[in-house]
Amino acid sequence: MFAEVTLSLLAGFGMTLKLFVLTLVIALPLGLFISFGSMSRLAAVRYPIRLLIWVIRGTPLLLQLLIFYYGPGIILGNNIWGSGDEGRFAAALVAFALNYSCYFSEIFRGGIQSIPKGQYEAGYVLGMTRGQVFWQIILLQVIKRIVPPISNEIITLVKDTSLARVIAVYEIIWSGQAFIKSAGIIWPLFYTGVFYLVFSGLLTVLFHMIEKKLDYFK
Amino acid sequence: MALLEVLNIEKHFGATRVLEDISFSMEKGQAVSIIGSSGSGKTTLLRCLNFLERPNGGQIKVGGEVLFDAAAGKQFSDAEIRQKRLHFGLVFQSFNLFPQYTALQNVCLAPRLAAKEKGTLRQEEVEIRERGQMLLEQMGLSDRMGNYPHQLSGGQCQRVAIARALAMQPDILCFDEPTSALDPELTGEVLKVIRSLAEAHTTMIIVTHEMAFARDVADYLIFMDGGRIVEAGDPHAVIDNPQEERTKQFLARYSAG
Ligand SMILES: Nc1ncnc2c1ncn2[C@@H]1O[C@H](COP(=O)(O)OP(=O)(O)OP(=O)(O)O)[C@@H](O)[C@H]1O
Ligand SMILES: [Mg+2]
Repeated sequence: MFAEVTLSLLAGFGMTLKLFVLTLVIALPLGLFISFGSMSRLAAVRYPIRLLIWVIRGTPLLLQLLIFYYGPGIILGNNIWGSGDEGRFAAALVAFALNYSCYFSEIFRGGIQSIPKGQYEAGYVLGMTRGQVFWQIILLQVIKRIVPPISNEIITLVKDTSLARVIAVYEIIWSGQAFIKSAGIIWPLFYTGVFYLVFSGLLTVLFHMIEKKLDYFK
Repeated sequence: MALLEVLNIEKHFGATRVLEDISFSMEKGQAVSIIGSSGSGKTTLLRCLNFLERPNGGQIKVGGEVLFDAAAGKQFSDAEIRQKRLHFGLVFQSFNLFPQYTALQNVCLAPRLAAKEKGTLRQEEVEIRERGQMLLEQMGLSDRMGNYPHQLSGGQCQRVAIARALAMQPDILCFDEPTSALDPELTGEVLKVIRSLAEAHTTMIIVTHEMAFARDVADYLIFMDGGRIVEAGDPHAVIDNPQEERTKQFLARYSAG
């Protein structure tokens, strides 16, 4: 029984992990670009982006998942996601990536705005371009400052992936819960908790290592 | 012919008039000192020269070339501004070293990026590093090249900042109160390197509150008050024998040493 449960949970966890990794791969860079947009000198860029951030951060992720999945079919009369598992996963990924990129963008914005103006000016008077100043001087200082808040968000994401079940993405809690019905046992649910704990524990260690690595400058 | 000509520069922030009718010129190899009380516009003037602020009026010429002319009303592209900036270097009061880079990397970063843009980094790599090392040696920092800014004293940081500015070989190097953020016992080492630059005929504009230093090092001294040049001329004459009432009042608050 234990082996059977483990295999089943591993399958669910595989889905959880896939959603987690792909969300990060999309949301971290996208969040950076959204943060640029939210700080743009052009009001026509800045305000729509800030509106987007407000809507996404101001409504539940659960609601966004439902709307992203069912919205196209019902509103546009065209279910762009198709009917299979892959379509559901794609819809969940889009919702997660957009949601987390908005949260990340606010952390990036805070980090970028906390860098003293003198760092930019020192670069400019040496003849550097805006891009050179940002990528060569500002970014690493921003990363150093935002590792703690970003790691918080990322650990929240580990647990938030379970919300994807609302559009029938077969993640780990679902696989654990299935045993209540099929075998009348609850311990697989506790077992899913162990997966989460181990995984977030590993991430915590990783973020500590990153913080340590960036300790070489102040 | 004058290397730098500043003609009738005006700058206001909203309704605040910060610079009014600032004109002066300097020759290659000269050191000009600017003194004046807090808020008199000294920093703003240096920032205008370095294209960190855009004057509302006046002209800036370097070597006869008009770099800036407010009357032309032209908006410069970022690339144009970068070209113009390269005539000037700026050493900040608060150093503004890049914390994630060592002293040597701070000095070499801008030359490396410039070479990379030209596609000549491979050929110039060694030369850029050697020049950086030479500049740091000249600043008395041979044993500090691999240190990060937080491992350096304020005086050492400021000397790295001077080397960093020199690495881009500006025509005119500007200093904005280079010793004001330093503990008194550290000002000497920074003033010493600036003095040696003056002896090597580096063209410099030095905003400072160190009256004795300004008098000894500068070829020309400008006293500013309320955004205007009140008195200017030979440093000994201005400091030891000021003509204007406002200069006298200002100097009375400093011991000229
Ligand atoms: N960005 C700005 N916006 C509005 N006012 C400004 C700005 N920068 C400077 N000022 C004002 O311009 C005036 C001159 O400032 P500036 O920094 O040039 O003086 P300073 O001579 O360098 O003084 P200090 O000796 O204190 O460094 C001050 O009244 C200041 O408040
Ligand atoms: Mg100032």
